[in-house]
Amino acid sequence: MVPDPFNQDISANKAVHIYFSQAVPLITYIDPESCLYLKEKKCLICQGVCKNDAIDFNQTEEKVEVNVGAIILSPGLEPFDPKVRNEYGYGKMQNVVTSMDYERLLCATGPYEGEIRRASDQKHPHKIAWIQCVGSRRVTPGDNRYCSSVCCTYTQKQVILTKDHDPEAECTIFHNDIRSYGKDFERYYQKTEQLPGIRFIRSYASIVSENPESKNVTIRYATTGDGVKEEDFDMVVLSVGLNPPADFKNLASKFGIELNEHGFCKAIPYNPMETTRPGIFVSGAFQGPSDIPESVFTASGAGSQCGELLSYRRGELAEERIYPPERDVSQEEPRIGVFVCHCGANIGRVVNVPSTVEYTLTLPHVVYAQEQLFSCATNCAKEITDVTKEKGLNRVVVAACSPRTLEPLFRDTLREAGINPYYYEMANIREHNSWVHSKEKEEATQKAKDIIRMSVARACHLEPLQEFDLPVDKTALVVGGGLAGMTCALSIANQGHEVHLVEKEPDLGGTARKLHYTLEGLDVQAYLGDLIRRVYQHPRIHVYTDAIISDASGYVGNFVTRVKSERGLTVIKHGAAVIAVGADVYKPTEYLYGKDDRVMTHLELEEQIAKGNEKVIKAESLVMIQCVGCRNEDRNYCSRICCSVSIKNALKLKELNPRMDITILFRDMRTYGFKEDYYREASEKDVKFIRYTPEDKPQVEADQEEGRPVLRISVTDLILGKRLVIDADYLALAAAVIPSATTREIAGFFKVTLSLDGFFKEAHVKLRPVEFGTDGVYLCGMAHYPKLMPETINQAYGAAGRVITLLSHDTVIASGSVCEVDENKCISCGACITACTYGAIYFFDTLEGKKARVNPVLCKGDGLCNTKCATGAIQLKHYTDEEILDQIDAAA
Amino acid sequence: MCSGRVDLEFVFRAFSKGMDGVFIGGCRLNECNYITHGNYHALSLVLLGKKILEQIGLNPERLRIAFMSAGEGNLFAEVTNDFVKKVKEIGPLGQNEGLDEQALKVKLEAVTKLVPYIRLVERERLRVPVQSEEAYHKFFKSDELNKLFNETIADKMVISQIMLLLRERPRSTGELTEILGLNPSEVSRHLNSSSRQGFVRYDEGRQRFVPA
Repeated sequence: MVPDPFNQDISANKAVHIYFSQAVPLITYIDPESCLYLKEKKCLICQGVCKNDAIDFNQTEEKVEVNVGAIILSPGLEPFDPKVRNEYGYGKMQNVVTSMDYERLLCATGPYEGEIRRASDQKHPHKIAWIQCVGSRRVTPGDNRYCSSVCCTYTQKQVILTKDHDPEAECTIFHNDIRSYGKDFERYYQKTEQLPGIRFIRSYASIVSENPESKNVTIRYATTGDGVKEEDFDMVVLSVGLNPPADFKNLASKFGIELNEHGFCKAIPYNPMETTRPGIFVSGAFQGPSDIPESVFTASGAGSQCGELLSYRRGELAEERIYPPERDVSQEEPRIGVFVCHCGANIGRVVNVPSTVEYTLTLPHVVYAQEQLFSCATNCAKEITDVTKEKGLNRVVVAACSPRTLEPLFRDTLREAGINPYYYEMANIREHNSWVHSKEKEEATQKAKDIIRMSVARACHLEPLQEFDLPVDKTALVVGGGLAGMTCALSIANQGHEVHLVEKEPDLGGTARKLHYTLEGLDVQAYLGDLIRRVYQHPRIHVYTDAIISDASGYVGNFVTRVKSERGLTVIKHGAAVIAVGADVYKPTEYLYGKDDRVMTHLELEEQIAKGNEKVIKAESLVMIQCVGCRNEDRNYCSRICCSVSIKNALKLKELNPRMDITILFRDMRTYGFKEDYYREASEKDVKFIRYTPEDKPQVEADQEEGRPVLRISVTDLILGKRLVIDADYLALAAAVIPSATTREIAGFFKVTLSLDGFFKEAHVKLRPVEFGTDGVYLCGMAHYPKLMPETINQAYGAAGRVITLLSHDTVIASGSVCEVDENKCISCGACITACTYGAIYFFDTLEGKKARVNPVLCKGDGLCNTKCATGAIQLKHYTDEEILDQIDAAA
Repeated sequence: MCSGRVDLEFVFRAFSKGMDGVFIGGCRLNECNYITHGNYHALSLVLLGKKILEQIGLNPERLRIAFMSAGEGNLFAEVTNDFVKKVKEIGPLGQNEGLDEQALKVKLEAVTKLVPYIRLVERERLRVPVQSEEAYHKFFKSDELNKLFNETIADKMVISQIMLLLRERPRSTGELTEILGLNPSEVSRHLNSSSRQGFVRYDEGRQRFVPA
């Protein structure tokens, strides 16, 4: 046995192993580092026992030369190794672990199969501390100066999961600023904070010692109220930051690209996916520490940029998949095959799979059943196809995981066997069973049998359904002519598609028109001017300004949108739509805004600085207040960009007038990623930072000081514990970013949803952040959530990439699971038509009078109409009354 | 498929098959993945279903709905455990409520038969104009709803039960009263109105009511 690197070397593995149970491809391999034969030419036991004779020790490394037109670098990141800094005792104290170690401890496939145990005594830790910013936000050698961006939120996730494991657990988080700046993260933070037994303590924490007997770890920390304290914990988790990928220097020199001072890829300010070498792009955390949605933006976005270079050759290497002809089995008795998956140990260690298979064979219409180690592995999937053909199966049930990920794969195995894919049914015995009942093995086995019995009952009634091809209009509509909309439109147009760009204002540019410089030093107006010029000059981009959308109808591949603009009324037919309507800025009602001219928003301040307003630049004293209009009850989210904007303005003012007194009143400074450097720079340039709490907000009044009119701002200094009074000439409010006023209307037109805070809601917050649940509609820019310019550009290219994926096809496939009306049963009451929010049902004149009909391409398969129909005339295919009722009957 | 696809028939089919409790899980309200907001319909179905359970003498706590997102596994576990505990407390279907097997069967069958009619009533009379959880609960607790429910559904349900029993064999008022556990005057009232409408008649010879 050798340490298993996937489980952070906490548990052991063998030299022959799979990397981890969800690895792609899921193939067993021999680790040359630990194989006795490869190291010392002895053993060879595996060759002897392998019945398939699959082990070949003569294989050697092959070098393959591939000619490519573009390269995307996505080497990821390396977790910070706390061993390089001695101070945390990592590697010396057994119960000090990193967040990566802890992640594995929490996981069902982890070293203790999902149990959190201490290395010292294998006991469950009860009192756990997290130390934030390990390796990040520090200038000491070996540490990183930047903020790693993701640790605050992943720690909160770990705390929530810990409480799931042990509701009595006591969790303490030692932190600096809480940087929950991502979409919905503020709510997530509150959720964590409100759990019982959770303490968030704002303090540096150091590890003092380990108790030689209990092996508990002592942490020293300080709070303003109680001074320095020491406390013992069963386990300490170091929330380690993100380093650039290992061997980044070598990587950079190999590809001839430049790195930034932190070892990440050097970004071009106006295009963070472009490296310093043309044709080489970067995606993911090699851009800099980033969360999953950003990685997905850049993955798709870098793809789109490669497409701009290579679209003239699109599809040349693609091969169309050919399926055998479909066998009509609708008249046959059901012959059901059931495949029960072990999912490695995920299911197998809880559910008695052989007994489940045996039971399954007793069910009506089941003619075949077997177990599989990983049904989703290539060989097992092929086995399903082969057995289906061999045994003449006409329905297949796979008892494994959630259909969410793998149903398409298994449906495909049926198609390969010449059976309609809708004859496939999935029984979820993992998420719904083995993962939640890991300690009740007998009951879990019984439940697996129940779930399979229900699936088999349903499978008996399944019907073959036809998916149909819809033509795709190769034109795109982009709603919103700001930075996001223009960037996206250009990338789509550069790949050969017509784009209609619709802007409600008389000019293109959006919010970026009010921005003048970025932290990274980009001249925004110059860049914007160039971008607008390129948009107007592009032969395939059609710009509509002063435009209002009056109607939008249709569906993926075939939308029709009516636009009133300075060109008159235009009816635009398009295959895809991108929502890039941007956002607005909150108009403060607090802190004398609107009552005193010296109080302005951060954007207005930027405008004044850019205009060279002498009064502002020569001011003696300026105060900024952060979090105005958000992170409160009305808007329970963080506007993400304001901390960076305020730092940017402060640095600019210091550059123009080094003697100006600048004070920033903040709650948490959220200068995540490399922006931390600018925060530090501001601090070094004597910008003062004073933290306030929402319960004790700063007070502002207009007053006189020795004849000079001032804004008198008072605030409690939490460190000194006393009230401070600052007399300022100007006050800048970091006003919230709020959803654009047009959001609701646009959402209605394109039938897309909004999240709780009123921004557009993407299909999946992590994995599908530029798409909507509604097919053919995409999202980018601040319409999604507040974001900085480089992030907007990332997402704009990301949306373009997804649009191209759609538009590069001649047809799209629409689901067969849609509603259908039995006209003989329809009594023309119209209940279904009223119920359908997609407008998919309409009256059609027949010889028997008006009857309801469904437009299958508009039907999204929610099935609400079924429950409104008094006669049962309308049925959602694949979820018919018959199918569901029989499944219910089988439950009993 | 949306929680709005869950039909009253599904719920009562489960009870008919001897399930002691039915739980419906839906997405969080106002966070629809479609644009349907079908979970409000599911809520309305559950609140109506509880009224019906109460009407036929079953504990309404046997039916529950909860809203949660896919990321709230802990909440799901909590709600499920709590529901299972509650249903165990209430005990096997009908037993704790003092309904014998026959009465239970008749009552559940009567509801199932009425489902298409209830859908019509729900559509015409029981819509809540405001989409908020509070408004739904308030409406279903209101006197107005009680009145509507009694007028439109409750009477129909008793008649439906009487018809089912009479189709089995002719029965006297006393027999019907006993099986259905209702008071005699109420049964008489329904028999009278059903006679007038021509659903049942009194067979003088057998001194029993029979279907007309």
